[in-house]
Amino acid sequence: MALLSIQDLHVYLGESHVLQGISFDVAEGGVTALLGRNGVGKTTTLRALMGLVDRRGTIRLAGDAIEHVPTHKIVRRGVGYVPEDRDVFSTLTVEENLRLAERDTEPRYDLVHELFPELRERGKQPAGTLSGGQQQMLAIGRALLNDNRVLLVDEPTKGLSPLLVTEVARVLQRVSELTTVLLVEQNLGVVNRVARDAVVLDTGRVVHIGPAKELLADKPMIHRMLGVG
Amino acid sequence: MSTFLLLTITGLGLGAMYFLIASGLSLIYGLMGVLNFAHGIFITVAGYTLWFVESKLGDVPVLPRFLIAALAGLVVGTVFAALTELVLIRPLYGRHIEQVLVTVGLALAVTALVTAIWGSDARVVAAPGWTGQTTTIFGAHIPNDRWIEIATAVIVLFALEAFLRRTRYGLIVRAGVENRAMVTALGIDVRKSFTLVFAIGGLAAGIAGVLYTLYSTTVDPQQGTSLVIFAFIVVVIGGLGSIRGTAWAAIIVGLVQQYANYYASSGLGDLSVVLLLGIVLIARPRGLSGSFA
Repeated sequence: MALLSIQDLHVYLGESHVLQGISFDVAEGGVTALLGRNGVGKTTTLRALMGLVDRRGTIRLAGDAIEHVPTHKIVRRGVGYVPEDRDVFSTLTVEENLRLAERDTEPRYDLVHELFPELRERGKQPAGTLSGGQQQMLAIGRALLNDNRVLLVDEPTKGLSPLLVTEVARVLQRVSELTTVLLVEQNLGVVNRVARDAVVLDTGRVVHIGPAKELLADKPMIHRMLGVG
Repeated sequence: MSTFLLLTITGLGLGAMYFLIASGLSLIYGLMGVLNFAHGIFITVAGYTLWFVESKLGDVPVLPRFLIAALAGLVVGTVFAALTELVLIRPLYGRHIEQVLVTVGLALAVTALVTAIWGSDARVVAAPGWTGQTTTIFGAHIPNDRWIEIATAVIVLFALEAFLRRTRYGLIVRAGVENRAMVTALGIDVRKSFTLVFAIGGLAAGIAGVLYTLYSTTVDPQQGTSLVIFAFIVVVIGGLGSIRGTAWAAIIVGLVQQYANYYASSGLGDLSVVLLLGIVLIARPRGLSGSFA
């Protein structure tokens, strides 16, 4: 059984019909990449799964319907979220950002500090003064603090230097050993390195589902669906 | 020198009053995006409760009578604020026009209700004798109630800072002021904080209501709404959602109002505050603390 199952999901943003009945499953374990050109609805899909936008359709987490569950309760059922723009709380310190995210009785600070030693060193620093890469570490660290069943990660390498992209890919690989990840990512090198499955969206519809490696090996298909290669 | 000192202390007293009202307004807007035009009635409700309870305790000596009545005023003001959020504001989150209409409507309705029950004339409250006297410092005769106003505002400022910096709810409020949706996306039911912030705002406004009663020794149906106008100005000057910015803005507004009334012309104090607001909005649109006004 799929850990996360999305059936006929629709989202309207104003007059725009952004998601037009998308359906796909996310299998337990590993990374499922959600791909597509800019503006096809990838970020909206994650926001809809989190309940951050009004949506219609069926969303099941381990068999339980969550489409009518409010955001904070979806999170408490084990869904972690790393948003596209990191959304760290800039006036709060690194420590306070992490403390705010604590849900479990024993938050996994050891894991977070092992993956991102800088977060320990910069604990007293306001998050708004961190570099983009450090803010991304904090956003991912915040989601890893609790034992989530699935992580929704939105473009974690966006705007990062090549060195940091490699670092984030390494972290994602490690994270995928611990939990299931639904990853929105434009960098196909990262997708190739970490993803097992791929779902491709185009103008609010699912146009391809299959193994990520097969998709990435098919250059004409990549060019047609994603406009690259 | 003595006149300047008198104006400074009374200006700080006025600023203290503004801070007590504006701190709640600022937190409510900063966290919830609610422009609470009903905030003034928390002052009115606390003031009238104080007067009502005090009038029923005729045999009790003045000081304990006033303290008991003040406590009752604070409790009722706080509960009234929490109920306002739960009953009227909560069903309207995200609907800003409706929120404004309902808070304006509540302010008008409560003022009309108080007027209908107890009339439009001011009701006299017996304040403890010492508060009506003065203390002479460097030749300036400072009304004693101003010391109480200033001391209370400082205590409330430190209490709010401690709440915001040292408690989990304070952490949630500070984060929520910045990005409410992301707080929810961390698994936190931010609505609980909304009620708490409304209750804190109601308590602070209630304290202002009690202190204003101490200062004027009367309560009247309009006192809350007249004070809240300047509190809104303080909030915008200080920066929405910032307690420290609100404190600085309250001090500046209180002092400017007092100095202008004395050194320029009586009545120019209000105008000078509006001018100050205009200057701040042009030079620093995000207010003193930098939050976007």
